[in-house]
Amino acid sequence: MSERTTPTPVAAPRRAGAPQTPRPSHLSPDTLARARQVIGLYPEPRSALIPLCHLAQEEDGWLTPGAMTDIAGLVGVTPTEVLGTASFYDMLHTEPVGTHVVAVCTNIACLLGGAIELLEHAEESLGVNAGGTTADGAITLEEAECLADCDRAPCVQVNHRFVGAQTPESFDQLVAELRSGARSADIPDHGTLIRVRRTNGLEADRAQVAAERAAMAGAQAQRSAAAEAAKSASGTVAATSGDTGGGS
Amino acid sequence: MAITDPPKIVTSRLGHDDSHTLQRYLATSGYEALRTALSMTPEAVAHEVDAASLLGRGGAGFPAGRKWAMLRKSPVTYLVVNGDESEPATFKDHLLIERDPHQLLEGVLIAAYALQVTQVFIFIRGEFALGLERVQAALNDAYAHGAVGRDIFGSGFSVDVVVHPGAGAYICGEETALLESLEGKRGFPRIKPPFFPAAIGLYGEPTVVNNVETMSNLPWIVRNGGAAFAALGEGRSTGTRLFALAGHVNNPGVFELEMVKTTFNDLIHAPVLGGGIPHGRALKAFIPGGVSAPWFGPDQIDLPLGQDEVAAAGSMLGSGSIVVMDDHTCAVRASWRITKFFARESCGQCTPCREGSGWLEKIMERIETGQGREEDLDLLLDACDNIAPGLTWPPQQTTICVLGPSIPSSISSAIQMFRDEFLVHIKEGGCPYA
Repeated sequence: MSERTTPTPVAAPRRAGAPQTPRPSHLSPDTLARARQVIGLYPEPRSALIPLCHLAQEEDGWLTPGAMTDIAGLVGVTPTEVLGTASFYDMLHTEPVGTHVVAVCTNIACLLGGAIELLEHAEESLGVNAGGTTADGAITLEEAECLADCDRAPCVQVNHRFVGAQTPESFDQLVAELRSGARSADIPDHGTLIRVRRTNGLEADRAQVAAERAAMAGAQAQRSAAAEAAKSASGTVAATSGDTGGGS
Repeated sequence: MAITDPPKIVTSRLGHDDSHTLQRYLATSGYEALRTALSMTPEAVAHEVDAASLLGRGGAGFPAGRKWAMLRKSPVTYLVVNGDESEPATFKDHLLIERDPHQLLEGVLIAAYALQVTQVFIFIRGEFALGLERVQAALNDAYAHGAVGRDIFGSGFSVDVVVHPGAGAYICGEETALLESLEGKRGFPRIKPPFFPAAIGLYGEPTVVNNVETMSNLPWIVRNGGAAFAALGEGRSTGTRLFALAGHVNNPGVFELEMVKTTFNDLIHAPVLGGGIPHGRALKAFIPGGVSAPWFGPDQIDLPLGQDEVAAAGSMLGSGSIVVMDDHTCAVRASWRITKFFARESCGQCTPCREGSGWLEKIMERIETGQGREEDLDLLLDACDNIAPGLTWPPQQTTICVLGPSIPSSISSAIQMFRDEFLVHIKEGGCPYA
């Protein structure tokens, strides 16, 4: 993981402290290698666009213009298409965000559990409105839509990790722990979404898989033809179960 | 009506802290159903699912077997699992993804074999970071166990499964929007017809899209037979179903209940289920199937939890989420927040939805904050009528997908049931509950 840029409202310098000599790509060699693995999982490279945006956020904390240019090259679209796609999605941040994105859900179930009051408290105690980042760059506060944890309302997520129902008091405690680093073991910095890496895959070339699929389709067609023939021969619908085949 | 005690079909392992591990899964008949399925013909497996009459658990309630049958004549290229659970107050797939990922995988593998699909994508909502990690870890373990990949369990059948993270957009729960997103694009629902991605799906290839809970039912169905599943429930609503109960109840949570045999009253008040409304308050209203569904009042509380029964009463069981509102709830505020959600999540393709949701949100906001006018009620209903003409249920559609026609539900319900409350807001210049 590289060093994080300091959130600023204007286009931030790319990776503060990075070497000044021009380099062919913004993303690190490790991220690029992982990106190529991810692309290999899909029949079309473009399908990897969103997973790659997540990887880029893991490196930078947000989706930087440099990363978008790299992703465009990797999946074969223009950087504008990457931006145009990313800007549709709430989790992809094309502006810098804090180390911790704290999302307070105020949708119906949480509303009934006092979420609006919790969000108002959060805005007051953090000194930012929803959507804003604290001056120290530690916290970005978001008003979230339903996060599907409605039996623990009002629901709060930090960097997409559920932290359970919060009261104004527990919220302040949570923020203090985030700032002190006490929660860093279970809540990684913003951008890191999936810490479990894929270790396996089909170790066959696509042509072989396609040939097998054609063979299976052929066998399926034969079975259907046989079933049809049996049906017309007996005049009844064959409704078998178990391993004798047929089907309806 | 009594609460039945059906077998736990999808929640049997949730009592264990390690329910997400391969070790626990194998100790509780894990992957036995897959071995059984692989010893049958694909058609026989599909036949069991047909016999179960399993209705899709995503929200539309379309029979899973029929969805598959549309494709049985031509080979299916892709199976896509919809784990983009985002309907407000719905949190049952979240539970299955995080707590029993192997059950989901086994269901997916059974479906892949029945459909003879060699490539599966499991699309999981991006906000489920833990869920994504658990399913990826389960997939790694399942590969090592020989349940996924080349020649699974020596059957000659090969299948690859990819866990795909979403990036935060409610609309991607709509299956054609999900496919667009999976292709690396903005989540814009596709023009219908075709109404199903059966013929033209992912990359234009035949594709089946099924919900997480639907898939999670398959291991039990294969182990016990479709007939045993169909023997549970009543009529078209067979088996058990997960109901997510939230809002003003003492014991919110996800409950696996036999379809039709339990009523909303049982679910909300029974001590072993919802446990009643806190602070001794009375029920004001409840939403029976996600925020897209019209609301019900206390007089409808004895309806059974069945798809057709709820539909006949003018709403829908939808995503299986029930939101309870007590008599201290402001109906204007509740429906305003739901409208705000739709305004935020409209993808923007269709004018009635994009513009209508924004208008409705602004009008609702001014009523709630005391700036409303008496003619606003007619204005709201008129704007709703422009999105879903006639305000019927099920709604008429003026848009590409059903997000638009879902917007009026909460507003028209609130006005119909609590018109006086709107008028008090307008006349007294503020919210009487604030």
